[in-house]
Amino acid sequence: MVELPYLTPQYLFGLTALVLLVVDTIVPWSRRNDLLAGIATLGSLAVAGTSAWFLAAGTGLQPHVPEVFAGMLVVDQMSLFFTFIFGSVAALVVVASYDYLEGQANLAEYYALVILAATGMSLMAVANNLATVFVSLELASLPSYGLVAYLKTNKGSVEAGLKYFLIGALSSAIMVYGISLIYGVTGTLHLSVIAEAVAGLASGSQGLLGLGLLLLLGGFLFKTASVPFHFWAPEAYEGAPAPISGFLSSASKAAGFALAFRVLVEAFPIEAVATTVPWAWILVIISVVTMTLGNFAAATQENVKRMLAYSSVGHAGYVLIGLAALAGTGDIATDALVLGAAMMHLLVYGFMNTGAFLFVSLGEYWGIGRTFEDYNGLAKHAPFASVAMTVFMFSLAGLPVGGGFLSKYILFAGAVQAGFWWLAAIAAVNSALSLFYYTRVVKAIWIEEPAEPFDIGSTPTGIYVAVIGAALVTVALLFAFDPVAEAAFDAARVLL
Amino acid sequence: MLIEVLLLVTVLSAIAVMVVDDEIAGRLAFGLSLLPLAGSLLMYSGFDGSGNALLGGDIAYQTKAEWITVGPYDLGYHVGVDGIGLALVVLTTLLMTLAILSSWTPIDERQSQFYGLMLFMEASLIGVFTALDFFAWFVAWEFVLVPMYFLIAIWGGPRRKYAAIKFFVYTNVASLVMFIGFIALVFGLPVQSLDLPTITQSLQAGELGSLGGISADTLRAIAFIAMFAGFAVKVPMVPFHTWLPDAHVEAPTPVSVILAGVLLKMGTYAMLRFNFTMLPGQARDFAIPIAVLAVISVIYGAMLAMAQQDLKRIVAYSSISSMGYVLLGLIAYNLYGVGGATFQMVAHGLISGLMFMSVGVIYNVAHTRMVGDLSGLADRMPVTATVFTAAAFGYMGLPLMAGFAGELYIFLGAMQSTVLPYAQLFTAVAMFGIVIVAGYLLFAMQRVLFGPFRADTDYDIVPAAVHDQISIVVLILVIVLFGVVPDLLYVNIQDAVRPILAIGGGL
Repeated sequence: MVELPYLTPQYLFGLTALVLLVVDTIVPWSRRNDLLAGIATLGSLAVAGTSAWFLAAGTGLQPHVPEVFAGMLVVDQMSLFFTFIFGSVAALVVVASYDYLEGQANLAEYYALVILAATGMSLMAVANNLATVFVSLELASLPSYGLVAYLKTNKGSVEAGLKYFLIGALSSAIMVYGISLIYGVTGTLHLSVIAEAVAGLASGSQGLLGLGLLLLLGGFLFKTASVPFHFWAPEAYEGAPAPISGFLSSASKAAGFALAFRVLVEAFPIEAVATTVPWAWILVIISVVTMTLGNFAAATQENVKRMLAYSSVGHAGYVLIGLAALAGTGDIATDALVLGAAMMHLLVYGFMNTGAFLFVSLGEYWGIGRTFEDYNGLAKHAPFASVAMTVFMFSLAGLPVGGGFLSKYILFAGAVQAGFWWLAAIAAVNSALSLFYYTRVVKAIWIEEPAEPFDIGSTPTGIYVAVIGAALVTVALLFAFDPVAEAAFDAARVLL
Repeated sequence: MLIEVLLLVTVLSAIAVMVVDDEIAGRLAFGLSLLPLAGSLLMYSGFDGSGNALLGGDIAYQTKAEWITVGPYDLGYHVGVDGIGLALVVLTTLLMTLAILSSWTPIDERQSQFYGLMLFMEASLIGVFTALDFFAWFVAWEFVLVPMYFLIAIWGGPRRKYAAIKFFVYTNVASLVMFIGFIALVFGLPVQSLDLPTITQSLQAGELGSLGGISADTLRAIAFIAMFAGFAVKVPMVPFHTWLPDAHVEAPTPVSVILAGVLLKMGTYAMLRFNFTMLPGQARDFAIPIAVLAVISVIYGAMLAMAQQDLKRIVAYSSISSMGYVLLGLIAYNLYGVGGATFQMVAHGLISGLMFMSVGVIYNVAHTRMVGDLSGLADRMPVTATVFTAAAFGYMGLPLMAGFAGELYIFLGAMQSTVLPYAQLFTAVAMFGIVIVAGYLLFAMQRVLFGPFRADTDYDIVPAAVHDQISIVVLILVIVLFGVVPDLLYVNIQDAVRPILAIGGGL
């Protein structure tokens, strides 16, 4: 019986990135798009597969949660759960990129950067020490900046990349300053040791710790595109190649949440920081503002990609409920329910939101534009992709055509159980508003007549496979939600 | 097993119809819709349940399976019917088959999509009336909105997009409100599942505790109000009715048939199951406000109907009025009241469906629905005129029609209710609604169907197509059948209603 290393998924990601670069070095300028996309897809699927396998095998459950590299990294159910998300999303994005990148230069770099960013994200999910937290965050961020600016002759893409880079660099600086303050107060970077130190902190250093925690929080909010650090998101998502927008808004956001979940829950238990910075209460407010602002801004957009970008801010607000509701008086099962629900939502979101952005990339591939009007009458030309987009939109809105219905309502239910029924009510109002603007896309595709007859080109196999695959998974999750729900609940239970 | 087969056959039929050519879609959909109809009749003939599904009765065709486990909570798959669910499943399948038949004439574009969506809606409606686990039920409940949105927005009238989105968002908000209320109630209970019978019986056993510092009594009241408000939008009760006229007027006629005939019943069905079965104490506490809303709906709905010039609008507003009677019967909390209300759901479903179909048949020929544009159609369209007049009489509750049985039971129940204070007063005022109904329907009939012939339209007034006539004639025969022998359904309904009265205190 061969035992695989605990970090197999992370190794596979790293290895795939290296193989991509090596292949490009051995056969430079070969422009073998199919070969490179194939390698990247296989690697991503292997990651998703091994994570799912590890999850099913019960790796990282109590009482044995494996810590590796002297506790710098930890492989628990949550890290595997999130790695599965990164693997699946990366696979979808890479498959769709095969067509999207037709005729572009520097293919190997593109695929390698995607997989490297995914490697960074999967490390974010296992980071158990503020040093590894920061390094993995940077590993995920730096390739992302490059990817956003990948279309280097496109002004929008470059501008978006620069904006993303500048704000990202700023927030990294803020975060690393926060880490240094925390280190100064507690004398350690290990999450579990920080928790001990925080519990027995002298009253004089509490202010300093609080400041450090706030700055750290800023870093998380940047990565998850939450208010007030969301300004980069609409620009970056709109300017980036559409598959990359999908990748960032799904996987990168999930990675940010994985970090936030672990660091906040593990290193700063709410009871211990109650007198300094009760982060859960701060997140209650941030959650409300984020979802409201995201949804209201999304409702006023004319550009579908930008609408999806703001809706992604709105969804960050929903997921923040998972952390915010920890402020309630609920027992551990309640906390696990709401935190687990947030993870479930991130997983379903990974498929439905990536799928939606990939549909936008389909529109860009055909050159029909990005506004709602540009999609008018598209269903006549591309019925299958249109059905898929309808599934994504309604699932994002929380209608029972996909798993988004279950994850959203379980999240609301968790908030109610934690005593935050008013938070659930605000989320409900937002959800109803989101139905309005998601329906605009559906209306354009199926109901409106195009202003002038148009023709779409050939059917890009890669994007179609990715879009329809994501739609099938989204629908299947409505029926086969049990594994996701159980894994997410267990993951939250181990963390708490 | 039968329910699963029914659902599966309907969904597969929907998919099959979606992919065939437009030319045969209508016929294929009609043929395939006979399968669920036959299935529901099979269910009816083999029905062996007794008692109320939520209150420990014997549930017919029951299936229970694991679906999702979230921590300590089990979200299961649980379906089955009692007398109430059975009656509404029969209503759904029957009305859907006839609605599809009546779509052949008016629907002339994107036919395969239209009929596919109709069948998808049928499947989810069957799901609503058979599901006995909250999440399974909620999936069906919410899914109904999806085909309905498309059906209104693609095939509707000039303002269809506005009407469709208004209906969509309005009812979605209502569902969210209801969800929060219900889920708070469940979390106050010591149960670990969302199985509706389990929850109901736990509530009856007085096991409700507090949740997050909210006491059990407050929790019950909040949950009752949230659920009532959520369902009231669907019914719709005044003042939550504003989506209905828009949706009805813009929707194509066959969709109006389903909207009025079945979708509105989802609201009263859910009120009966959730509000009046789970929280009878709160229903009693709120008896007067509920009765006031019911009576306002009856009178105000009828007044609004009287003011309309569009035949379809008249029928649409009169639905608000009729649903008020159903609510009055429910709050009476006695055998005739609740049983009559349930029977009236079926009866009104059939009769209002027929009214919309008749209006549709006239519109198909005349291409106008305005009362002022038409006069004396009876000579030119004798069959349609006969059925239309009969349907109007049915709507007024004349004997030998299903509506008579329903309304008679409701008024009998409401008059002698011991739960509702001032029951006689409320009933008397509500009964006055019948007079208004008679007034505006007879007046409309008289102007449109009788008198000298005149039609302000560019189209020839000729007898309607044969299949159009078949659909309305079959439906009027069914209405008469239930009017003559209401016991076909009422026996089972009564059996399912009795346990509710035992806990509601109105027996």
